[in-house]
Amino acid sequence: MKGINFLIAGVGGQGTVLSGDILAQVGMEAGYDVKKSDVLGLAIRSGSVVSHVRWGDKINAPMSMPGQVDYLLAYEPLESLRMAEFLRPDGTILLNEYKMPPVAVATGGARYPTDEEIHRTLAAVARSVYTFNATAKAQELGSVKVVNVLMLGALSALLEIELRFWEESIGLYVPDKSKAVNLKAFHAGRTLL
Amino acid sequence: MKAILSGNEAIARGAYEAGIRIAAGYPGTPSSEIITTIARQYGEEIYTEWSANEKVAMDAAAGAAYSGRRAMVTTKQVGMNVLSDSLLYSVYTGIEAALVVVTADDPGLFSSQNEQDNRWYARLAKIPLLEPADSQEAKDFVALAVELSERFDTPVLIRTVMRTSHSKSVVSLGERRRTEKPIGPFPRNPAKYNCTASNARLMHPRVEKRLEEIAAYAETASFNRIEWKDRSLGIITSGVLYCYALDVFPQASVLKLGMSHPLPRGLIRRFAEGVEKLIVLEELDPVLEEQIRAMGIEVSGKEIFPPCLELLPQDIRRYSIAAGLLEGEEPEGPHVEPVQDLPNRSPVFCPGCPHRSTFYLLRKMKLPVAGDIGCYNLGTLPPFEAQHTMGAMGASIGVLHGMSLAGIPEQRVCTIGDSTFFHSGLAPLANMVHNGSRGVVILMDNGVTAMTGHQDHPGVDWSVLPERRARKLDLEVVVQALGVKKVKVVDAFKIEEVEEGLKECLEFDGPSVLITRGECIFVSRTANPPYSVDLQKCIACHTCFRVGCPAIGLASETHPKNRRFKSRIEATLCNGCDICRQVCPTGAISPPAPSGGSA
Repeated sequence: MKGINFLIAGVGGQGTVLSGDILAQVGMEAGYDVKKSDVLGLAIRSGSVVSHVRWGDKINAPMSMPGQVDYLLAYEPLESLRMAEFLRPDGTILLNEYKMPPVAVATGGARYPTDEEIHRTLAAVARSVYTFNATAKAQELGSVKVVNVLMLGALSALLEIELRFWEESIGLYVPDKSKAVNLKAFHAGRTLL
Repeated sequence: MKAILSGNEAIARGAYEAGIRIAAGYPGTPSSEIITTIARQYGEEIYTEWSANEKVAMDAAAGAAYSGRRAMVTTKQVGMNVLSDSLLYSVYTGIEAALVVVTADDPGLFSSQNEQDNRWYARLAKIPLLEPADSQEAKDFVALAVELSERFDTPVLIRTVMRTSHSKSVVSLGERRRTEKPIGPFPRNPAKYNCTASNARLMHPRVEKRLEEIAAYAETASFNRIEWKDRSLGIITSGVLYCYALDVFPQASVLKLGMSHPLPRGLIRRFAEGVEKLIVLEELDPVLEEQIRAMGIEVSGKEIFPPCLELLPQDIRRYSIAAGLLEGEEPEGPHVEPVQDLPNRSPVFCPGCPHRSTFYLLRKMKLPVAGDIGCYNLGTLPPFEAQHTMGAMGASIGVLHGMSLAGIPEQRVCTIGDSTFFHSGLAPLANMVHNGSRGVVILMDNGVTAMTGHQDHPGVDWSVLPERRARKLDLEVVVQALGVKKVKVVDAFKIEEVEEGLKECLEFDGPSVLITRGECIFVSRTANPPYSVDLQKCIACHTCFRVGCPAIGLASETHPKNRRFKSRIEATLCNGCDICRQVCPTGAISPPAPSGGSA
């Protein structure tokens, strides 16, 4: 099977690591060797969080090198820019356009990139860029916490993996009480692209 | 059965399968999940605790291993410095049942004060060192460590790095081994277990002989292996760097050392003779390289790969191209320049954090502050910039004592958290009292070991599992028992109370302790409804920015006179701790009105 490299970039509290766990599980269920590596900032909340996930026949390093990532799932625009260099020229970006300005920006000490800068950069690095407001959609579904699974839903529409692997893996990782809303978010995500 | 486990989860699983009975440690990134996982998943089979510090954990594990129970200790790399005093006697004594020490190192300083390479400890202690490359090996190497420990009568060190501890990969699970002997009376064998000089003199030669025996065993053991491919380049490596080497040099021959101390010299010689050029690929210090060169073998290492920070695959490739090891072709990526000057997401105190008030005051009062290790070290960063030293657990109190001894011409304080105080603050405080020092110890009591993920410590009434109750030591009583005559307890969420308490302590001629008490928001979980800013009253003075809260930012409305943006509070982040309301000079910040409406 052809290997696939994923990179998930988000902000602490967005469930970046959890969605990487689900994505790794899906890969294993689908018969791949998988590895995963997370990098968390110091802050418990609101730091940058990155999760590398790799599927393949035999995976060595648990993280991709710049220029190797097939799919970048960005849960926040600023975080997508930080990781842009990891994409392959024929890579795909799924971007949640909801902005979460860092404290430095919120208090006037730094500038958030403009929409034009964001879109120009992403268009230059990837073959396909899908942009949508996953946060608004998640709020519509009743929980801002399901942005991550919603994004996985969108990704699943681009991959040929049996649906049951996704649904089972989500069930394995999310708490029982929020399983229903997460599955709802997953299926809503599949229709976003 | 297969599962995807992190390296730390795999070590916990390995402890279960290998028949470990007692596991202890002190929390520290990136090691903490080992103990947590054992407690949550294997707690019925393995006794687990967060000990007061790493040395205490090591002594307890040694005592259990002397008693015939397999024991494990976990630590982060700097905790090894605390633990090593006790590790070194257990090297001389040996054990009755396995004694395994796990150190999780932090190249790249993701959450540490240094990048020390704990492989040196295996050389210092003269014990076997195992370095797993992924989660499968992390699990398997615990069983291997148990086997080596009992076969050679020695403690064994397992060393991971953040990338092995926190990365995840597929692991084949096994069953728990039932090979345990029944426990009997404690061995009365002082010739083996009492390191009196006359005994230790006889122990040392046994340690040296043992090391030779282990080295001989390492020559043919399957965990050290040569993977012959193209012979123009040979790479000697260990741990996760092995995985990176396979990605960057898919054609090269590799000698993978699962046990990187003591070295299998014969195997290394055979590998060196079989390749045209030999390099050592290791992060941080040239631990392998220097030993191999001392064997008279021509080898390159640190002149290609620097000793600072991680060596990720892209770094290895870049340095290898520069050294001519790889073709000079442009690497596949990046095909785009990274966007420059992106704003960082600096770490900040969480909304609702009890430490905020103290650092707001320390900044205002411009006192010199000796700091310590924990969340409160964020008081070092803007907007507070009010922690002027930080180096090791418990060091703040000793440094404060030194400032007092030096006779600096100003009042001085130190900050130390409750868990850090129990870890290593008791002795330096007793020292301050005994030697007549002067200074204020601000004991920041948030009721938890917060930064490492909210573990227990002796000052709380729960344990490694929240449902397992524990005996709580009362901080005030402990501090008074150490002889401190001035002890003041204040509510950390009331700035005026903290300020008055601090001033009172500063006036005291002697060592004093100010306990700022307020639960970590992750312990209390008692978030109040979000506050809001009344834009009619806000004069855009930005005083509220000085409490460094991520919930406070700029509003879109400007003040007509100074033309600055007014403040706003992000309702989804605010926990209603009230601190910003207390600093606002115009009363513009308030909690929601009881009816639910807010101006």
